Amino acid sequence: MSTLQPAAPAPKKIDYSSDQQVRWCPGCGDYSILKQVESVLAVHGRAKEEIVFISGIGCSSRFPYYLDTFGMHSIHGRAPAIASGMRSVQPDLSVWLITGDGDSLSIGGNHLIHMLRRNVDLNVLLFNNEIYGLTKGQYSPTSPEGAISKSTPMGSTDHPFNPLALCKGADATFIARGMDRDPKHLREMLLRADAHRGTSLLEIYQNCNVFNDGAFEIFTEKASKAAHTVFVEHGKPLLFGNGTKGIKLDGMTPVVVDLAAGEAAADDLWIHDERDSFKASILVRLFDDPREKDALPRPFGVFYVNDRHTHETKMNAQVALAKQKKGEGDLDALLRGENVWTIA
Amino acid sequence: MDTIPTPRPKVIEAREKVVILFAGDSGDGIQLTGTQFTDTNALFGNDVSTFPNYPAEIRAPQGTLAGVSGYQLHFGSVDVFTPGDVCDVLVVMNSAALRSNLAKLKHGGTIIANSDGFDPKNLRLAGYPDEENPLTDGSLDNYVLHTVDITKLTRLALEGTSLGMKEKDRSKNMFVLGFINWMYSRSLERTKKFLEAKFKNKPELLEANLKVLQAGYNYGDTSETFTTRYEVKPAPMPKGNYRNITGNQGIAIGLIAAAQKAGLELFYGSYPITPASDILHELSRNKHFGVKTFQAEDEIAAICSAIGASYGGALGATASSGPGIALKGEALGLAFMLEIPLVVVNVQRGGPSTGLPTKTEQADLWQAIFGRNGEAPIPVIAASSPTDCFEMVYEAVKLAVEHMTPVILLSDGYIANGAEPWRFPEAKDLRPITPPYAKPRETEDAEAFMPYARDERGVRPWAVPGMKGLQHRIGGIEKEDKTGNISYDPQNHELMVKLRAEKVQRIADTYRPIRLDSGPGTGDLLIVGWGSTYGAIRTAALELQQEGHSVAHVHLRHMFPFNNGLRGLLKKYDKVLVPEMNSGQLRQLMRAEYLVDAQGLNKVQGMPFTAEEIRVAALNLLKK
Repeated sequence: MSTLQPAAPAPKKIDYSSDQQVRWCPGCGDYSILKQVESVLAVHGRAKEEIVFISGIGCSSRFPYYLDTFGMHSIHGRAPAIASGMRSVQPDLSVWLITGDGDSLSIGGNHLIHMLRRNVDLNVLLFNNEIYGLTKGQYSPTSPEGAISKSTPMGSTDHPFNPLALCKGADATFIARGMDRDPKHLREMLLRADAHRGTSLLEIYQNCNVFNDGAFEIFTEKASKAAHTVFVEHGKPLLFGNGTKGIKLDGMTPVVVDLAAGEAAADDLWIHDERDSFKASILVRLFDDPREKDALPRPFGVFYVNDRHTHETKMNAQVALAKQKKGEGDLDALLRGENVWTIA
Repeated sequence: MDTIPTPRPKVIEAREKVVILFAGDSGDGIQLTGTQFTDTNALFGNDVSTFPNYPAEIRAPQGTLAGVSGYQLHFGSVDVFTPGDVCDVLVVMNSAALRSNLAKLKHGGTIIANSDGFDPKNLRLAGYPDEENPLTDGSLDNYVLHTVDITKLTRLALEGTSLGMKEKDRSKNMFVLGFINWMYSRSLERTKKFLEAKFKNKPELLEANLKVLQAGYNYGDTSETFTTRYEVKPAPMPKGNYRNITGNQGIAIGLIAAAQKAGLELFYGSYPITPASDILHELSRNKHFGVKTFQAEDEIAAICSAIGASYGGALGATASSGPGIALKGEALGLAFMLEIPLVVVNVQRGGPSTGLPTKTEQADLWQAIFGRNGEAPIPVIAASSPTDCFEMVYEAVKLAVEHMTPVILLSDGYIANGAEPWRFPEAKDLRPITPPYAKPRETEDAEAFMPYARDERGVRPWAVPGMKGLQHRIGGIEKEDKTGNISYDPQNHELMVKLRAEKVQRIADTYRPIRLDSGPGTGDLLIVGWGSTYGAIRTAALELQQEGHSVAHVHLRHMFPFNNGLRGLLKKYDKVLVPEMNSGQLRQLMRAEYLVDAQGLNKVQGMPFTAEEIRVAALNLLKK
C-alpha cells in the first residue's frame, strides 16, 4: 500500500521545489536524485504539508531544503531515531529519510539497524558515494580497502561495509539498489520503495565528482555497465551482458554461466524471487570488487520485500487494546491511585 | 509470683515520631517490608518520608557488606520532612546489615536482630573478627537488643506445608513485617489485601505469606521479651485526599496529566538507566492514556525520538541520569535550535562517569545549565521532594510547550525512590497549558508562513506536519531571522543568538514571586537550597528559628533562569549559606550572578544531608 494517496488535479513536479537555491557542486549526482524524487512526488500528488523529509548531516542531507514540504535537517546520524519518533505519532504522513554512507553507516549505524528491525514505515534514500564529501574527502565506511583519501594517504586499512548485507542482517523488509546515472530505473525504485509499508531501504550509488569521481563508473558507464551489472526483476532470471550471460545457483553459490557458449539454458538460471529471504541473503552478498578477475556482476533492483507489521501499527494497536481493556484513561483516577485516605 | 505462663499485659506508649531502618541482604525482601509498612502508616494518617538504599549490584554475594539493602522510614504524628537523621529502631537480618548500619542508630535505640544471620559464616562475611559476635559479646550494651531467630520461627510457622526450605525462608520478611505492625499497634489488613492481590494465582504462596505475617504479629503478643508497644497518632495534616507517591511516580503521572491538559499525545523515548527507569515502567503501564513509550537503542536515540515526536506534534519527553544526559547533549542543542517543546528529566546519581549509580548527588547542575556547544541556554528547574516531582514536571511541560523550548528537570535518586504522602489535585484544578500553534494557510495566496517570526514573548509558532500550507524547513544549522532559511550572515547569527537567549530569559517573567519557605524577611542568615535537600534544610531552619536565631530558608525551583526576586532577597540577610550535595555548583552560579559572598556546605558522599549537619553549619556561620 502506498503512503502517497492520489489526488486530483495532479500537480506538476515543479510544485514540490522550494524557493531555495540548490547548492550542491555542479555535476553532483544528487541533482539527478532530487529530480527523480520530485517526479515521484508529483506522480502521487500528495499535499505538500503531508510530506516530511528528515535528514542527518552531509552533502545529501541538505536535500530537505530544496523541497517545498515539511523538512528537518537534523544532526549527524540521528535522522532514523528522529524519524522513528515522528512516525510513532504521525501514522498518516508520507515520510522520507535522506542519508549518506557516513551518516547512516558510520556515526548513525546503530540507529539505522534498529530502525530496520523495528520496521518503521518510511522511505530511506541512502546516498552512497564511498567518501566524506562535506568534510572534503576522507574515506568512508563504504570506501574500499586501500582507498586513497585525505585521511588515508597510504590507503585505507579498513574493510568496508556491504550496506545491503548489513541491512539484510538487520531484517530490513525492503531492500533495493539504484544509481544516479540510471534515472529511469531509479524512478522505478523510488516508486517501489514508496509503495512498501515498512522501512524501505534504497541504496543509491551516487557519484561525488569532486572527491571520488568515477567510483561507480564501471557500473554506470555504457561501455562496462552490461558486463558488470545485473538488474534483477521479480520472477525473471538473472541475466546480464545484454542477455549473453546469466547467474546460476550451484547449491548456495552463485556462478556465472555463458549462455551464448551454451553453458546453461535460461531455465537453469537463478529466477529472482523478491519474497525469498534466503536467496536475498545471497543476492546482497554479490559484492565483488568489479576490478577483480571473474568478479560477479553487481545487482540492482528490488532485492527483497517482506510484509512484516510496522512498528507504529503495533504501537498504536497496544494503545487501542489498553483503552479497550481499561477504558479511556481517566486523569482523576490516575491522580488518585489505588490507596487513598482522607483527612477531614 | 505467677507460675502460669500467660502473656503479661503489654504497655502502650505514645510516640510523636519514629525512624525505623530495615536492613538485610538484597534477597531478604527488605524493600517490600519497608514499602508495606510505609503504606500502612500513611493510610493510618501519619506523615511519612522514606529512603530506600539499594546496593549497586543486583545480587552481591550473600551476607557481604556490598549486598546490604536498606529501607529507612520516618513516620510521625507531626510533620516529617526527611527520612530522619538517626534511627530509633534498627531491624537487621544478618551481621553485614548490623555492621554497615549501626552508626545510624541513636544511643539507646532498639536493635531487632535475626540471630540466624549471626552464625560464624555470616559474621566472617561481614568482617567481624573470629570468635566475636556482637549479639553476645556485650558490645551492644548501649542499645536495647532483641535477638529473635526469625529464620527458625518462619520455618516453624510453615511446618506441614509443601513448600521447600528455600521458599519457606523467602517469607522471613513477612515475619518481620507482622512483628513491626504489632510493635506499632497497626492493623495487618492493608498488607493482607496487598498479598491477596499479589498472589492471586498462587494460593499456596498466599497462604504461606499470610501465615508467617500473622506469626510475626502473634510473636509480639506472646513473647515475654517484648513488653511495650508503641502508638504514633495520625499527623494533623491539611484536609483533603491523600495517597503515597515516589518522585519517579510523580514524574510519570505529571507527564501524563500535563500532556492531557495541553491536548497533546505523550511520547516518551527512554533508555534504561538507574535511577530513572521506573519512569519508563510507570508510563508503559498507562497506555490507555494514549501514552506511547519507546525503549530506544541508546540515550541518543531516546532523546532524538522524543524530538521527532515533538516535531510531529506530540509532547516529546525523555529521562535519564548523568551519563545518559551527557550523551543527549548534542540533541539538546538541536532541540534548542529547532525551538520545539521537549522535556528532559535528569534523575541525578553520584558521578562522574558511572560513579555511584544507586546513590544520590546534585552534581549535574552545571551539566544541565552549560553542557552544550555554542550558546544554548535551556531552562533548568529542580524538584525538591517526591510530591514536588509532580509539580515540577508539570511546570517543565508548561514552559516547554508555551515557550517552544527544551526544558531540563533535575530530580535525584533520593527523591526518585523516596515516598511521601501527596494531597493530590483534581484534574480540573491543574493549570491550563496552551500550545502556540501557527494559523494554517488555507489558500495559496495567504501571507507567507514565517516559522521563526516571534510573538511578544519571543516565542515562534508551532507548525506541525499536516497543517495546511505550513510546510517549512528547520534544522540545527543557523537560520535566518523570521524565514528560517539557512543563513551564514554574521550579523544575523549574532541576532539569532540574542533572540534565542532573550526568549529563555523572559520565561522568568512568568514565575510566581519568590517566597521564603520559612523565617524572617530580613535577618542574619539566609539558607538557599535547591532540589532534594529541601526536607533536611526545612527541618534545620525550623529548629534554628525555634531556638531564636534569625535564620530564613528559601528553596529555589528555577535554576535557570533564576527567579527575578532572588537578587533583592539576598541583600536582606547578612550571610548566605548554600548547602548542596556537590562541591558548590549553585554557590558559584550565585556568586557570579549576584556578587554575593555565599558560603557553601558541601557533601559529596552519595548520601543526603542530615538536618543536624545543616543546623551545625548554620550555627558556625552565625558565630563567625
